[in-house]
Amino acid sequence: MTFDSTAPEAVLDVKGLRKTFSRSTSVFSSDSAATSSAGRFTAVDGVTFRLLRTETLAVVGESGCGKTTLARMILRLIEPDAGEIYLAGQDLLAAEGKALREMRRQMQMIFQDPFASLNPRMKVGEIVGEPLAIHEPELSRAARRDKVAEMLQQVGMPLDTLNRYPHEFSGGQRQRIGIARALILRPRLVIADEPVSALDVSVGAQALLLFRELQREFGLTCLFISHSLPVVAQIASRIAVMQAGQFVEIGTTEYVLQKPVHPYTKQLLAAVPAIPEA
Amino acid sequence: MSELLEVRGLTVELATAQGWVRPVNELSLRIGAGESLGLVGESGSGKTMLALALMGLLPDRAKVSGEAWLGTKAKEAEEVKEAREMRPAGSRPRQLKDLLQLTEREWREVRGREVAMVFQEPMTSLNPVMRSGAQIQEAIRAHYPRMHAKLVEYWVLEALRLAAVPETKTRSQQFPHQLSGGLRQRVMIAMAIAAGLADPGLEMTPQERRRPEEVLTGPRLLIADEPTTALDVTIQKQILDLLGELRRRLGLGLLFITHDLGVVAQVADRIAVIYAGRIIEEGPAREVLSHPRHPYTQGLLKSSPSLEPGALTPIPGSVPQLKALPPGCAFEPRCPLRREECAAGVPALRFIASEHSARCILV
Repeated sequence: MTFDSTAPEAVLDVKGLRKTFSRSTSVFSSDSAATSSAGRFTAVDGVTFRLLRTETLAVVGESGCGKTTLARMILRLIEPDAGEIYLAGQDLLAAEGKALREMRRQMQMIFQDPFASLNPRMKVGEIVGEPLAIHEPELSRAARRDKVAEMLQQVGMPLDTLNRYPHEFSGGQRQRIGIARALILRPRLVIADEPVSALDVSVGAQALLLFRELQREFGLTCLFISHSLPVVAQIASRIAVMQAGQFVEIGTTEYVLQKPVHPYTKQLLAAVPAIPEA
Repeated sequence: MSELLEVRGLTVELATAQGWVRPVNELSLRIGAGESLGLVGESGSGKTMLALALMGLLPDRAKVSGEAWLGTKAKEAEEVKEAREMRPAGSRPRQLKDLLQLTEREWREVRGREVAMVFQEPMTSLNPVMRSGAQIQEAIRAHYPRMHAKLVEYWVLEALRLAAVPETKTRSQQFPHQLSGGLRQRVMIAMAIAAGLADPGLEMTPQERRRPEEVLTGPRLLIADEPTTALDVTIQKQILDLLGELRRRLGLGLLFITHDLGVVAQVADRIAVIYAGRIIEEGPAREVLSHPRHPYTQGLLKSSPSLEPGALTPIPGSVPQLKALPPGCAFEPRCPLRREECAAGVPALRFIASEHSARCILV
């Protein structure tokens, strides 16, 4: 696939996306809690943005701000109440059946917990090869195996990884396996949900550097969801700050970090624990 | 500053399928009264095992050796009493107890009252089917089964108030799922300090104690194991501020366990860096963070993302498996400055300054 690099196209175009959940009134919630917070709860409240090719947009916010709900809607794992989503110009919300499956192939996800997101009973080769088996069934076993081996090598895993099981690997290595699985179909859009927050400091830094490298190598277009401003400072081209379901500030990484406008952004920045400089 | 805790040569051994491993290896550290020590390490470094050893909560099959001396509360009670009666401080020998030698019966006296712990995940450490107040009551009742119900209730609310929980009465009636993550962690902190607060050993009425804040007592030592890791940054900041406040008001020593150098910079007076069960660098927080001497500490700092984009140098490889530790310095296989001698033997802690030491032959 070749692209005209002078005219960046919108890989993802999201307009006025909204999702409301009804509050659960379970038998466990006491009367006072149920009445005081009765009614509905808007998780994502009119979110609009465009994601250009090779761009990484970080969505930053605290737990409960709606960032994961936003990601799930874009993957069409849950249906929005209102709004539009276009993937490379195609209406995602109108797609059905075969067309939807083809669009889903174009978007892949990197998950937070490398321990929970890999099937412990499958060999790594099978895990990374599974998307190929589903979306490119015409591929021969040998060809699939070659692709998987190449992909694993690109994320810095040794060759003998193929025939081993996830439990034989550390958290950082498992995250690499998860990245390989997400990238093997060469998706147009990668959605990463807190991909380094479960990792140790030194390993998390390795994963961030790998991510940067892959951004360059694959020309990744990425929606990167995180609660950590220092993490997104390392890899995002733009940052959207999300609070109570809305984007309260969006801008280039440099601008948001250095000249924040919204009080909530300022508050988040002030809460980042800083290490004293030498 | 008087010594609160002194750990000497603490070793914890655990049986695994591959034989015995040592998650904590001849570890020594000290914490002064009212001081905060930040213990920094990655997963598998032994930091949680150390905490469990100091709480007497190691698994039964674990072998423990070494010493862990804790200045006891009795001594402090004595001092306060003397102060109240305007007697000059006596010259009694300092009372100490070795935590590693306590029987389970003795531990029941000490755990929760003199040494208390706050765990990482407030959702899994709280009982989901008990009201938060009842859980704090339980902590007090475990030590003072005969305390009057009214007084227990008083100390429950007092513990919640000190943990900066708003509307203490309402909150104490709620179940954990009705509380936010930050509030749950505050309830955990209230629970940790409650038994120490309610200590009737000081023979003072609550009213008497409440006025002069200095006479409030909590546990002597609070161990906090990654207490903010599961929380949002703004909430994390509030909890860190709260811990600082409690240190000041209750004079408690803090052992703060974390993998986050930014967090440790906010709470610690001194920092000890732990790697493969050994302290590899120790010193005043500012000094260790601004002039780290061990290559591992330097590597950790360089791999911590800051708000400055670009500057990020990870440490290659990963933390060694305990069952396959390198023969010499445990960091040698990952170290950018390694030499042949490094594999020869475990380097000793060397002093750079009177308070700052590192376990590296290059120091």
